Amino acid sequence: MDAVKPSDEPVIRLEHVEAGYPGRTILRDVTFDVRRGEIFALLGGSGCGKSTILKHMIGLNPVLGGRLTLAGQEWTRKTRASLCRKIGVMYQSGALFGSMTCLENVLLPLEEFSRLGRTARRARALELLADVELADAADRMPGEISGGMKKRVAIARAMALEPEVVFLDEPSAGLDPITSAALDGLILRLRREKGMTFVVVTHELPSVFAIADRCAMFDKARGRMIALGAPAALRDGSRDDFVRKFFGRGTVNGK
Amino acid sequence: MAFTDSVGRSVVKFRADFAANMAFLGETVVAALGLIFRPDRFRFGDAALAFQRAAFDGLPIAVGIGFLLGVILAFQSAAALQMFGVEVYVADLLAIGLFRELGPIITAIVLAGRSGSAFAAEIGTMKVDEELDALTTMGLPPVRFLVLPRVAAAMLAMPVLTILAELAGLVGGALVLQLMRVPTVVFWNHVTDTATVFMIAFGLAKSCLFGLLVGLIGCGAGMRAPSTADGVGVAATRAVVGSLVAIAVSDGLLAVVCYVWSL
Repeated sequence: MDAVKPSDEPVIRLEHVEAGYPGRTILRDVTFDVRRGEIFALLGGSGCGKSTILKHMIGLNPVLGGRLTLAGQEWTRKTRASLCRKIGVMYQSGALFGSMTCLENVLLPLEEFSRLGRTARRARALELLADVELADAADRMPGEISGGMKKRVAIARAMALEPEVVFLDEPSAGLDPITSAALDGLILRLRREKGMTFVVVTHELPSVFAIADRCAMFDKARGRMIALGAPAALRDGSRDDFVRKFFGRGTVNGK
Repeated sequence: MAFTDSVGRSVVKFRADFAANMAFLGETVVAALGLIFRPDRFRFGDAALAFQRAAFDGLPIAVGIGFLLGVILAFQSAAALQMFGVEVYVADLLAIGLFRELGPIITAIVLAGRSGSAFAAEIGTMKVDEELDALTTMGLPPVRFLVLPRVAAAMLAMPVLTILAELAGLVGGALVLQLMRVPTVVFWNHVTDTATVFMIAFGLAKSCLFGLLVGLIGCGAGMRAPSTADGVGVAATRAVVGSLVAIAVSDGLLAVVCYVWSL
């Protein structure tokens, strides 16, 4: 992990949040802050609710209870437009638009929201692609590039409007260890150079230890957050069986 | 108990579907009204691409079916009219039948099968691939981005396809009557005497309405595609079935309106 020190100012705050979908609560009483400039990981096994929490954070689903604020504002009909400008999201599949080239995908948010002129927008999009080391893939279609490249284009698109927080959903999923490590390096470099905050949903431990300043861990069986802190501190100091098992240092239910 | 349970579930599902459809319709109307103030936000390129796929790519099948319809109608009606020696009135029957009713309805069925299902499949696939979520979190309403261009394309494609299918139907009818020794010029004279400007305009207006319905139902089915392995297939089926029902119902209502107002 690099030596960038996040500020103490919270950019995302969850207070006693009840997470899930109408009629189906998945997690209760979730409380934590994400600090500005931090790389924060949401950890847990499959189906534990970490992607559900992410969907609440990015305003796709409303929280069932409690309070969630992003840059001091809750997601409402009135705040949606301004909050959308403050976030960038990289989805698990990349979610690039298949009918557009990589450059057009990155250009899209700039065309819709930026006041830059046509030439400046194009230059900015190319610069973003260069940031993720994909300048030479500008004119290629998403179907012609690899999974790792798609994710990098998606990161470039997510950063197009210089958001305050970039959310990454399973960035390492489906990638080989070398590509995954390269993506981790990219995230660290972007944080160092741009000072952005990252929230990463993952269950890849090497990635967590490589990039995350802090993490929150969720347990499906208990339906709540069970740990919060620096990954190494949790690995070495937690007495919770599930946390120890997750980090490969303990037992769960005696197994 | 199983019966009442099943009825109850159906009612709840119907209510939920109805609410979702109304929400989608409202969202689409709001997005369309928003374009009045910001027409530059309409995605003309996407609409042009959807129009090309709906109109130009659908042209051969619409014209082909229109031609065959004209041939079949002419043969069937000529068989009866020949008994009275008035087979020349097949031209009148074709003009009224094609321009008022069959032209728009057959073309709408073709559009529902080709483009309505394609709209549902395209948008359904985008939903499964999280592209709709990506648009939403970028602050781009999927309705403005994906639905309005396709609905506009369907509404514009329908009159084009309809008029060409109708002309093809008339050509088919003329060929059949030629076989029955009715000169083509007599056929066309009957057609032009029978077909009024109002009749043609009414048929084209109806085709626009059908295009609107096919576009809305196709896109709506895609937007509500289940996120399952068969979700896209389910959406495409819903689009076609829903479009066919909507076309039939709206055509029936228009027929009643025409009868009441003597149009």
